[in-house]
Amino acid sequence: MSSNTAKTASGAPRRGHGDHGADKVFRYVATGAGVLILAVLAAVAVFLLIEASPVFTGDHAKVQETIESFTGDKAHSFWQYVAPLIFGTVLVSALALIVAFFIAIGIALFISQYAPKKLATALNYVIDLLAAIPSVIYGLWGGLVLVPHIYGFWNWVNKYLGWIPIFGSDPATGAISNPPRTIATVSLVLAVMILPIITSMSRDVFVRAPRLQQEAALALGATKWEMIKLAVLPFGRSGVVSASMLGLGRALGETMAVLMILSPGRTFSWHLLLAAQHQTIAANIAAQFAESNNMGVSVLIASGLVLFVITFVVNFIARKLTDKEVQ
Amino acid sequence: MADATATAGTPSDSEKKVIPTPLTPKPADNAPKADKPKDKGPTPNFDKLAPKRSYLNRRKRKDIAMHVLIVAAFIVALIPLISVLWTVIANGVGRLDGYFLTHNMRGIVGGNPANGTTNEYGGIYHAMMGTLEITLGALIISVPIGIFTSIYLVEYSSKGKLYHAISFFVDIMSGVPSIVAGLFAFSLFTVILGKGTYNGFVGAVALSVLMIPTVVRSSEEMLKIVPNDLREASYALGVTKSRTITKVVLRTALSGIVSGVLLAIARVIGETAPLLIAAGTISSTNFNLFSGRMMSLPVYIYNEYQQGTATCTVNAVNCVPGIRMERAWAASLVLIILVLVLNLIGRLVAKIFAVDDSQK
Amino acid sequence: MGQRIDVKHLNVYYGKFHAVEDVNMVIPANKVTAFIGPSGCGKSTVLRTLNRMHEIIPGAYCTGQVLLEGKDLYDKDTDPVEVRRNVGMVFQRPNPFPTMSIRENVLAGVKLNNKKISKSDADDLVEWALRGANLWEEVKDRLDHPGIGLSGGQQQRLCIARAVAVHPQVLLMDEPCSALDPISTLAVEDLINELKHDYTIVIVTHNMQQAARCSDFTGFFNIQGIGKPGHLVELDETNTIFQHPKNKETENYISGRFG
Repeated sequence: MSSNTAKTASGAPRRGHGDHGADKVFRYVATGAGVLILAVLAAVAVFLLIEASPVFTGDHAKVQETIESFTGDKAHSFWQYVAPLIFGTVLVSALALIVAFFIAIGIALFISQYAPKKLATALNYVIDLLAAIPSVIYGLWGGLVLVPHIYGFWNWVNKYLGWIPIFGSDPATGAISNPPRTIATVSLVLAVMILPIITSMSRDVFVRAPRLQQEAALALGATKWEMIKLAVLPFGRSGVVSASMLGLGRALGETMAVLMILSPGRTFSWHLLLAAQHQTIAANIAAQFAESNNMGVSVLIASGLVLFVITFVVNFIARKLTDKEVQ
Repeated sequence: MADATATAGTPSDSEKKVIPTPLTPKPADNAPKADKPKDKGPTPNFDKLAPKRSYLNRRKRKDIAMHVLIVAAFIVALIPLISVLWTVIANGVGRLDGYFLTHNMRGIVGGNPANGTTNEYGGIYHAMMGTLEITLGALIISVPIGIFTSIYLVEYSSKGKLYHAISFFVDIMSGVPSIVAGLFAFSLFTVILGKGTYNGFVGAVALSVLMIPTVVRSSEEMLKIVPNDLREASYALGVTKSRTITKVVLRTALSGIVSGVLLAIARVIGETAPLLIAAGTISSTNFNLFSGRMMSLPVYIYNEYQQGTATCTVNAVNCVPGIRMERAWAASLVLIILVLVLNLIGRLVAKIFAVDDSQK
Repeated sequence: MGQRIDVKHLNVYYGKFHAVEDVNMVIPANKVTAFIGPSGCGKSTVLRTLNRMHEIIPGAYCTGQVLLEGKDLYDKDTDPVEVRRNVGMVFQRPNPFPTMSIRENVLAGVKLNNKKISKSDADDLVEWALRGANLWEEVKDRLDHPGIGLSGGQQQRLCIARAVAVHPQVLLMDEPCSALDPISTLAVEDLINELKHDYTIVIVTHNMQQAARCSDFTGFFNIQGIGKPGHLVELDETNTIFQHPKNKETENYISGRFG
């Protein structure tokens, strides 16, 4: 219907006479606004590149000095500097996605398949509410409420699943970090934050799953869950994947919740329950920005470009998947 | 009706009547499948294929288990929501009063009250003014660009290259991390105006980058559902295209567009990271959007949180060590109320002034 | 082998709406029984109560008894899932699972019950069901192609094969030919005539010629007016219904005189 509307609207004959001037101006303004958006996005890339360029073209000694002062002599080049940040960013986002994915699919199925209509409407509001809460408030809640309360849970995880390396204790102290300002805790908060996106998009595709096939499955003697597996999930697969990618994109760029909860570090550690191991690009920028000199700012902006590229790729894939589904 | 039921109402009668008189005599009804005339294919062993009781029970258990899991998922998601709302309200309501809303943070040091007072611990007036001005600035930049772009996409474009390019980059733009938007605004003004440009307007530019795609997408949706008959009726009357768009299309879609803009504001009003980079922090009230650092509500919350517990000297009177967290919670309560009210108004506008739904 | 169905004092409700009132009938085993009547008369609703498919609509419920070979489908410890395995169903529009091949579609129902079915058993079953649905010769060389690649009539026969593959006793058909062209319709009608050797068949149709062509018994449903419940006027041998209906309403409907 969209293409239909747009085609007819744009193809409509210009019947008005005597008002050509205003018509033209209006047309140019509208087109100009669209082009401006392209310009803005180009400007984002260009200005970030300009400001980041000293890192790659400027004085090598100065770059090295800045990075060494950022990291306490642990990293000497830009890529050494940014690599653990990329690792931390991707790790925490992937964890958040894993946690959020199953819960989001569960809620989406609950809303679309199980809940009575009135409850489903109420739940949609709840999901919107969850999406509306600003990230700084999630950060505050995570730092002041979740961190002290979740230690017991992580301790339990460590006790019973500690044999899996990612849940292991610190070899030095034989315990997990307390307060748990760890990547595990952060990923839970990020999961809550990306939950609404994945839920609402998945719900939309599940609702559109054709009723005919659902009835066919039930008539074959499928249980409700088997019906969902036969006739709902296969139909929604690409929509769900695309929703997850968008959620992942959101998690990758999230700053405040990470900044306010995580105790930062610069390692490639897989120990999720230990603090001072990881940091993300976004949180690192926010943390270092105020105290940085010129070269420091350039380094941070260059790391921001890396983040931009990562989220661009993820969103690009999500978008391609959505397009494919539409066709 | 009565006799209808009577006719069909005696099953045993019809059965007696029916069964002994088959319409077309057929080979014995209980003949095995192999007797089917055309069937030359194999006969599957149905005893082997028949479901076993244990398997049926297992399926049933799995069905119940999945149902429980799905309900559990929904309850799990409710826990953080309720916890966030509850803690913000419970912790925030204590400091939230008229004083808190009408004073800034000048002269507030550590956990002590302002000089010469016993209970004035500073407030968020400067942050609220900052948020108001920065958001208005972002609104003024992004609403015209957003709406005109959507007009281009729906009314003018011929679905050509430019349409696809804009549509694609709007999507990309909506995925730009907010901190990158902040870095962009910072870089832009650094290149143009030189280093160290922190002011509210830089923040407004950063927020615009985040707001434009939301406005474009929601307005586009609204313009698309304006029925084409309305446009054609207007053209038929000899009205020009630009007048048709402003007087007919935009007017019809107005409530939806307004609602979309309100939801977009609700989304950016809580943005912290870009403002932290672009507008900085300050403890006094700054009304000038174009000069000097400017505090905003979300940055205020972060700033209070990040400073941690205040140290109180031994002989300090009225010193509250946890004052910063109390202020952060109270400011969060204000911010949440703001966001929720904007959401609510947005939805109400959409609902009350909605175009006739049947036209969709 | 087909089983007979006894319906006693069946009332169906959608929430507060009384959709079907007091239906009593016997559907004999291994015969084709057709339900005819004007739209809204509840014939599809009654059909769906025979395998409890109406229950998937929120708020729908029924009272009375539906006995399959003497066993009440609505007994409180009867599982609707088992009912539907014994009472298969074919729908108005062909609805093969779009992500599955022809072979997988046929096996879909059996796989639910028996995950570890051997390949040779599966092959036998697929051939048997597709032969039973008169589709084998047409698709035997492309069993791995997607089911939605077939023509509408073939898809509908695939759906019949899928339904018979779980080896039900009864097959319900809800206007199975309404989305098909005349040639496909004929193919499906032929098939129905063959299938009754093995199954009890109940078919809902809005097409009286179809009922006359392929059913042994015909039940006529009617409705007094909008908002009133539908009811069964009479059920008898098809010849009797079409030539000497006992009820005036039936006669009016058959001869095209409504109201």
